[in-house]
Amino acid sequence: MLAYAVKRTGLAVVITAVALVMLISVIQFIPGDPAAVLLGPLATPELRESFRVEMGLDQPTIVQIARFFGRVVTGDLGTDVLTHRPVALTVLEQMPFTLALIAAGIGWAALLGIPLGCFAAVRRGSLADRVIAVLSVSMIAVPSFVVAIYSLLFFSVKLGWFPTIGAGEPGDRIDQLHHLVLPSLAVGLGWVGYLARMVRASMLEVLTENHIRMARAFGLRERTITFRYALKLAVIPTVVLLGIGVGHMISGAVFAEIVFARPGVGRLIYDAVITRNYPVVIGGVMITTAFYVLCTLVADLVAAWLDPRVRSAL
Amino acid sequence: MSVPLSEATAPAASAGPGRGARLLRLLSDPMGALGILLVLAVVFGAIFADVLTQYSPTKLAPRDRFLPPDAAHLLGTDQLGRDLFTRVLHGARIALGVALVAASASFAGGLILGMIAGYGPRWLDSLLLLLFDALRSFPTVMLALALVTLAGPSLSAVVLVVVLATLPGYARVVRAQTMSLKGAEFVLAARALGAPARRILPVHIMPNIIGPLLILASMDIPVVITIEAGMSFLGLGVRPPTPSWGSILNDGFSFIRESPWPAIAGGLPIVIATLGFTFLGETLRDQFDPRLRKDA
Repeated sequence: MLAYAVKRTGLAVVITAVALVMLISVIQFIPGDPAAVLLGPLATPELRESFRVEMGLDQPTIVQIARFFGRVVTGDLGTDVLTHRPVALTVLEQMPFTLALIAAGIGWAALLGIPLGCFAAVRRGSLADRVIAVLSVSMIAVPSFVVAIYSLLFFSVKLGWFPTIGAGEPGDRIDQLHHLVLPSLAVGLGWVGYLARMVRASMLEVLTENHIRMARAFGLRERTITFRYALKLAVIPTVVLLGIGVGHMISGAVFAEIVFARPGVGRLIYDAVITRNYPVVIGGVMITTAFYVLCTLVADLVAAWLDPRVRSAL
Repeated sequence: MSVPLSEATAPAASAGPGRGARLLRLLSDPMGALGILLVLAVVFGAIFADVLTQYSPTKLAPRDRFLPPDAAHLLGTDQLGRDLFTRVLHGARIALGVALVAASASFAGGLILGMIAGYGPRWLDSLLLLLFDALRSFPTVMLALALVTLAGPSLSAVVLVVVLATLPGYARVVRAQTMSLKGAEFVLAARALGAPARRILPVHIMPNIIGPLLILASMDIPVVITIEAGMSFLGLGVRPPTPSWGSILNDGFSFIRESPWPAIAGGLPIVIATLGFTFLGETLRDQFDPRLRKDA
């Protein structure tokens, strides 16, 4: 297990490093002058030149990448162009809002997805099973921003059940949760579908295993078998899926934060794109990417810990 | 995914029932039939957009703003009085066009890079795998935001994001397939006869991979449509006044308190198209190659 953990962590570090190099080298390959794009058409040549020097764009690629890495390792992601604060600070300040959104999205997925999948597996082949199958596929297919707009339209604007903007009063937990319901539904609905399918498939597998047959032979009630023995095992593979899911949820969070006017990393980066606040965009993308790699790493490690067979796969 | 995707020790085309029987089976599955119906509706709308409505997708009619749906305007009108049904139909052209171009580029790129990784020397394989993994470590929207900040919003930016986001998936599947085929007898025989890699890959290996890959690609169409609509929604893709489903939805979102119809009209085609292509893709996969299931 330790050998696997070390190897897998090393791989995650390398992948993050390569992803960062890609991000930085993109600036080199983009046609046109990034200084011109970022500063807009009204910038004077002198302004562009000073921007280029300030950003280190006048240096050779290798030097840029090396310098950049040197700074990243020490936690320096550059300075916010508008507020002149460190980018890392600006991004990390917004992180809790996005994390809450993603956690609540996972909450929806677990709350609805696991029972749906479990029910479908127990009633395999029934009409309910087929309806759940189509429903799961539909939830996976429909993009989160459509879910966000439609739920905003219906539950907030039309029915007025939920607030339309913001993250709620600071300190007021109930109000914050109230503001979280719809955005997290938009972020998590697709994962309700994924989880339902995953749980159903792994339940079917588990239900044929020896210890379940044994439990049946002992005359245990079907309900006890399902919930106490089968479901416990069937939920394990979903852990890995959720690790990957976090990446999709980060994408979904960008939309949910914009549609529901919530603070968060996604909205921060989006606003930075609009205001051409380039260091915040790159810093924010870097932090979220690293966070995503971390999540898949944790998911893989948990899976390996639960199931030794995974360890030999690397 | 270490399981071989198809039983590819012999050219794959010969196995299974005929095309007619397969189509019939596809239609007899309710989900498959519904998928085909929805997809046909979208394709039909895109092709005959000019014939199906009398309005222009971009011409302004300020007096008709925010009309609710009626016989003259099937989906109502937007904040500039443009007929939403017309805009949705023209948006289908953008959506399908981008889906076709981007998915083909990604497909071709993934096929070539995957075969190189699977057949080439070990160091090249490791290098390519690392690149694929690094690409996949970006959440898609983040990739889009970063690229567009640097390059500006455009349709080609959308295509680039789609290719970068989906190519690693194809390449990994192709790589695994190529590796399992590398040791197959007919490949070994061709090698023993002195065939070089540039002949073995396209002639002996590619035909055995392309079937499962096509199914995978059909399942990626909704993803591509989602990326295009999502980027246009964020203002990172198609520029106004060109109608894209994403930008229609964004207009509707901006005026959601004035009228619900533009938002509904923008979301509806996205729902129809993603559901249609997903239903179709899922049914195709289950019938042709159940082992492609990611979660089973």
